[in-house]
Formats: sequence, structure tokens, C-alpha cells
Amino acid sequence: MSGGVDSAVAAARAHDAGHDVTGVHLALARNPQTYRTGARGCCTLEDSRDARRAADVIGIPFYVWDMADQFHENVVDDFVAEYAAGRTPNPCLRCNEKIKFAAVLDRAVALGFDAVVTGHHARLGADGLLRRSVDLPKDQSYVLAVLTRAQLDRAVFPLGDSTKAQVRAEAAERGLAVADKPDSHDICFIADGDTKGFLERRLGSAPGDIVDSRTGEKLGTHNGAYSYTIGQRKGLDLRVPAPDGRPRYVLSITPKTNTVTVGSREELSVDTVTASRVIWHDSATPVECEVQLRAHGEVVPASVVVDGEGLTARLHEPARGVAAGQAIVAYRRDPDGDIVLGSATITAGIASAELQTAGGAAHA
Amino acid sequence: MAYLDHAATTPMLEEAIEAYASAARSVGNPSSLHAAGRCARRLVEESRERIAAALSARPSEVIFTSGGTESDNLATKGIFWSRRAASLNRTRVVASAVEHHAVLDAVDWLNTHEGAAINLLPVDDQGRVGVDDLEELITHYQDEIAVISVQWANNEIGTIQPIRDLAHLAAEHGIPFHTDAVQAVGQIPVDFAASGAAALTVTGHKLGGPVGVGALLLGRDVACTPLLHGGGQERDVRSGTLDTAGVAAFAVAVEYAVKSQQEYAARVADLRDELVTRVKTAIPDAILNGAQADRLPGNAHFSFPGCEGDALLLLLDAQGIACSTGSACSAGVAQPSHVLIAMGADDDRARSSLRFTLGHTSTVDDVDALLAALPGAVERARRATAWKTPR
Repeated sequence: MSGGVDSAVAAARAHDAGHDVTGVHLALARNPQTYRTGARGCCTLEDSRDARRAADVIGIPFYVWDMADQFHENVVDDFVAEYAAGRTPNPCLRCNEKIKFAAVLDRAVALGFDAVVTGHHARLGADGLLRRSVDLPKDQSYVLAVLTRAQLDRAVFPLGDSTKAQVRAEAAERGLAVADKPDSHDICFIADGDTKGFLERRLGSAPGDIVDSRTGEKLGTHNGAYSYTIGQRKGLDLRVPAPDGRPRYVLSITPKTNTVTVGSREELSVDTVTASRVIWHDSATPVECEVQLRAHGEVVPASVVVDGEGLTARLHEPARGVAAGQAIVAYRRDPDGDIVLGSATITAGIASAELQTAGGAAHA
Repeated sequence: MAYLDHAATTPMLEEAIEAYASAARSVGNPSSLHAAGRCARRLVEESRERIAAALSARPSEVIFTSGGTESDNLATKGIFWSRRAASLNRTRVVASAVEHHAVLDAVDWLNTHEGAAINLLPVDDQGRVGVDDLEELITHYQDEIAVISVQWANNEIGTIQPIRDLAHLAAEHGIPFHTDAVQAVGQIPVDFAASGAAALTVTGHKLGGPVGVGALLLGRDVACTPLLHGGGQERDVRSGTLDTAGVAAFAVAVEYAVKSQQEYAARVADLRDELVTRVKTAIPDAILNGAQADRLPGNAHFSFPGCEGDALLLLLDAQGIACSTGSACSAGVAQPSHVLIAMGADDDRARSSLRFTLGHTSTVDDVDALLAALPGAVERARRATAWKTPR
């Protein structure tokens, strides 16, 4: 129970369903003040109190579990290391994979509990299939797709059939004070929302070149390649304008040479995505499906193959801004909510020869 | 429910509840000059006399406060300020390493905000302060020490400190000695006059009185700068409208607890010994922490190797058994106990500890309930420790 409205209502629904429910708030920082993020984030002392009050109102026991070490090691350090390696991590996904449905779940099972209930917006029904929430803008199946069959078997998501608005209304009816608490959006462990500053403090300044993808010409310098994300346009601060006067985008980050490569919007396009660390549920491949390449990103129709090498998706429409380190999640369209087929960590976005002729260059 | 957390707070005595309710029904500010005020004042002063008599203090030495934390802060900070004002080189504070946070954090504040030098007295593996260690410090720093604070008995492990020896040593050198006796009063004999202490903290809710009222016994000749400024109601050392009902109930509880102390201690220590024996039989590798002899009668404090104390607490709570990890919490997160660390325990042993404290309502049924639940809980908690290893 983060102290937010979703987990409070999820706990209440699980309790109403007749389960023996215990509320758990995760302390993720040894000194909670260090993660204080005003009204927006989670993990603050105030959030802990909000969660406790919600548990009181629901009428369930409540405890704070200290997961600071595990969180630091598996989420925060991983986040920094991924950026340092030129990739773009998703810490919420990692937290689900390593903390909520691993460290917390393992401890809970050992203590005699059967499952972990969370307030994620996703559906997980009797068929065991993970599906998108009815509230598509709030859907969180993308950051849950990393869960294995064994993890899903011990997960309960009571909110998947409700919209966020319905959850808030229900919280108000139940007398939960968090009913109108603002949503959290930022990365919970970056107090001020300044990811670049956070990475600079962790990784130090590492000046390098910003180069043109076609000519190799040095266009400028940067203070640390980790501050850039594939597809980024703003903040490049290049002195030399592009010959055609059009905006330039970050195409790739090469940690080895500490180089940020920029180019045109067309060059961002890829039509093949490779990925590793595959979690795949049952269905045979190749499979025609839809893939999502970033949180809250659009879906692209694709043909997905899973083999010993990993996962390869041939996109039927080009996608832009595909960043290594993000997850690719495959969905099958379904009237009862699109079904998660599997997930993997993107290793590269590749433009085919045809696509390159159309105006792009291959990049990793 | 089996309530095994009397050191956190103990049920109010019926007599104290009656005294509270009866006083709360009457109007009157003890500082008012009219008849209603005089009536309230009379009740406060009679209560003061009863408490003074029970603890061998003079009535004028009883300063009512809001409880243990305020009394500890008033004694440590107030005496420090007065002593430093009298002689500028008195900027050193001595406390034991196993004090309650109400003393430790106050002393730490004096360090960070008032520039006080701090010496924490070490303890042995039973949590006991050595008189020699204090003697050595006094030899070194006699003229610099503003105040010494050592608890009468430890709140976590129940170890009783050699207060008489420590306090007399301090008194011989003219250094005011404060003792936090919150856990001691009603459990063991506490005699303020004979102890040699300059100041003593006592609180209501640990001995059958209400929460929110306590006292600092402060020797008449001990200068103490106030923390709270205002009407100067209590000897000009403590301001705030006197809590007539709270004070009346507090006095009833102190008087009863002290009067029945011997009989209580004998009964509860027997029950505690039974608990300890049965826990050791059920969980053979359980370690009893603290002193074997000089120990509060109601205290049993164990480390259960391979368990996390907070996991055990959760499992026992689910079976209706209330106990404590005995350590301070921030955002509800258990920190390894500073008391056990000071005794030389490692982090794992400190985190694996659990405190069971018996009190005036405890019966053998509580021990039975604990022993029915404990072996299963320990087994599960041991399995749960594996979660610490990341996949």
C-alpha cells in the first residue's frame, strides 16, 4: 500500500472478497526524507501514514516492510548502470520484477500468505491471462508483462475492470481519505524529478562528442552520454544547424566512445526490434500481434519470433525512438482486453535496407 | 488477546480511571484563586504529596510534566543549560549508550545545537553500565561535566543499572545525576532520597496511570532552566495549566504500584521465569538477552537466530499476541536496536530480537497463548529470511 488511492481500493476489494488481507507499505529509503517528493511521489512518511489510515478504515492489519536494501540494489543501482551503458531503463518495471513480485512476494509466501495484491491497472482473471485495464490511458500491463507465470500465479489485480475515475469514486464512498490524492508520475527515488541531475551526481561529468550520423562530423559536446535518450530532440544545444534546417534527434548512444549520434527524424525509424531476457507465455511463434515499445507508447502491428537467441519483432509499420533497455511487450487484440503474450528487454532497433532507402540509416 | 507489551504501556488501574473521571467532572484551574480553583489545587497538591511519599521525595521536588519524554528532555537540557550558565567550561554531557531515545536524542541535540561534548558510557554484554567507566570519565573531565544521565532500568532488555553507586559517585563530585526511572517505578524499589540522584523521571502510563502525565523529581537545590515558558506553574521550571484529573489518576497509580511492588514483582517474576523456561524449551537456540539477575520482573527479551523480529511480530500479532521488537521506528521501519548493538550483538542478532513484557494483568493464559503460537511463527519467520537473498 503506497499511500495512494489505487492500492487502498485494491486492498479494500480484496478484503471484501473475503480474503485475510494484511496491508504492507514498502519503505524504500533508509531515511524516508531522502525520497520526499512533495505531493507527487511515494515513499514519504506522509504516504506511509496515508497507507496506515487506509488500512485502519478498511479494517486490516498494517505493517511497514523495509525493502530499502533490495530496492537500492535492484532498482536504483540498475537504473544508473543501465543509463551508464547507454540504455534507457524502466524502474517501475524493474520494481515489479524484483521487489513487489519477488522480494515482497517471497517473504509473504514464506510468512504464510498466498498472494500479493496490488493496485495496478491491469486485468488478471481466472484464465490466468494478463490483459490491459479497461482504462486504457491508465493501463499498467506494460510494466507487469515482465512477470513470469509463477509470479502471475501469486498476483491479484482487483482494479483491472475499473477506470481510475471509478476507483476514486469508490474510495470516496468507502471513506478513504486518499480518494482525491494526486497521482504519482515521477520516478519515486528522484526527489526533484531531475533525472539528468540525479545521473550526473551518480555518474559524474563525462564530456564527449555529439556527431552527425551521416558525415561523422562533430556537431557539439555533451557532459555525459547518459543524459540523452533515443529520440530526444530538445536540449541538444548544437551550434551547427542541419543543412536542411530541420530538427535533429538523438539516434544512438555509444558508451564505449562516449558518443551521442544525432540525425534526422526519418533516421529514427526502425522496422525490426531485437530483444533479450524474454518472458513468453505459451503461444507459438512466429505470431502476428501488436507490440508496445515504451510505457504509454503506441502499439505497432508486428510479426514476433521467439527463439534461442531472444525475441525479434518485424514491425509492419516503422516505429521511432526505440531505445535499448525499454521493454517490448507483445499483445494479442481481444474484445475482453488485449492479452499480454510476452515481454523482453529491447537490445536494438534496426532499419531494413528498404527503410534505409526511404531515408534512414541503420543504428543500434 | 495475549497482551505481552506492558513495557510499551500497561492497562490503567480501575482506581486510576475512577480518580480521573471524578476529577474530570469538576471544573477548576488549580491556578485560579476562587473556590473551584482552590478545590482543583488541593487535589493537585494532595496528589503531589502522595507521589512524593511513595518515591521518598519532598513534595516540592515533584514537578508534573506531560510524561517521560518531557521529563527526560527537561532534566538533560535544563540542567545542562543551568550548569553551563554557572560555569562556561561545563559543556560535557555523560549518558549511557543504552538510554531511551528521549535521553539519547536530547543529548544528541545538545551536541548538534549547543556544542556539548558527549560521552556515552559503554555497557557490558548484559547491558550494564560499569561504575569504573563513570569514575574514569569523572577523573578526566570533572570540571567539564554538566550533567550525567543513566536510566534506572532498560526499557528493552530490562537490565537494572547500579544507580545508587553511579549517583553517589556523581554526587561526591558535585555533578547532578539524572535517572530515567520510567521502567523501574512499581517494578522494583525506587527511593529518590536514598538513590543520590539529583533528578528522576517517572511517567503514569507505565504503572497503571494515564498517558500524558508524568513527573520529574528534581532536587530542591538543583538548578534547571525551563524548556516551556509561560505561567511558571511548576516551581517556575515548567509552565502549562496543571492537568488536575491526570495528576490525580497518576498519584493513585503511583501509590498503588509502589505499595504493591513487592508482591507484584514476586508474582510477575515467577510468571516471567516460566515464560523464559518454556520459550527456551520450545526454541532451544533462542538467546535470552540482558542480565540474568538484576532484571525487571516482567521483562523477557530474546533473539531468535535466523528470524527477523518484525516478521515474528506480524505472525504473532495475527494470532492475537501483542509483543514488541523493542526498537525505535522511523516510518514504522525497525532499526537494529542500539541497546543490543551497545551490548556487542551483531546486526543479525539485534534484528532477530523480540521483547515480551508482563504486567499487572498478566496471567499464565498469556504465556500459554504465546507458547501455542511461537514455534510455528519462528519456523515461518526463518523461512521468510530467505527473501533477503535476491533472485
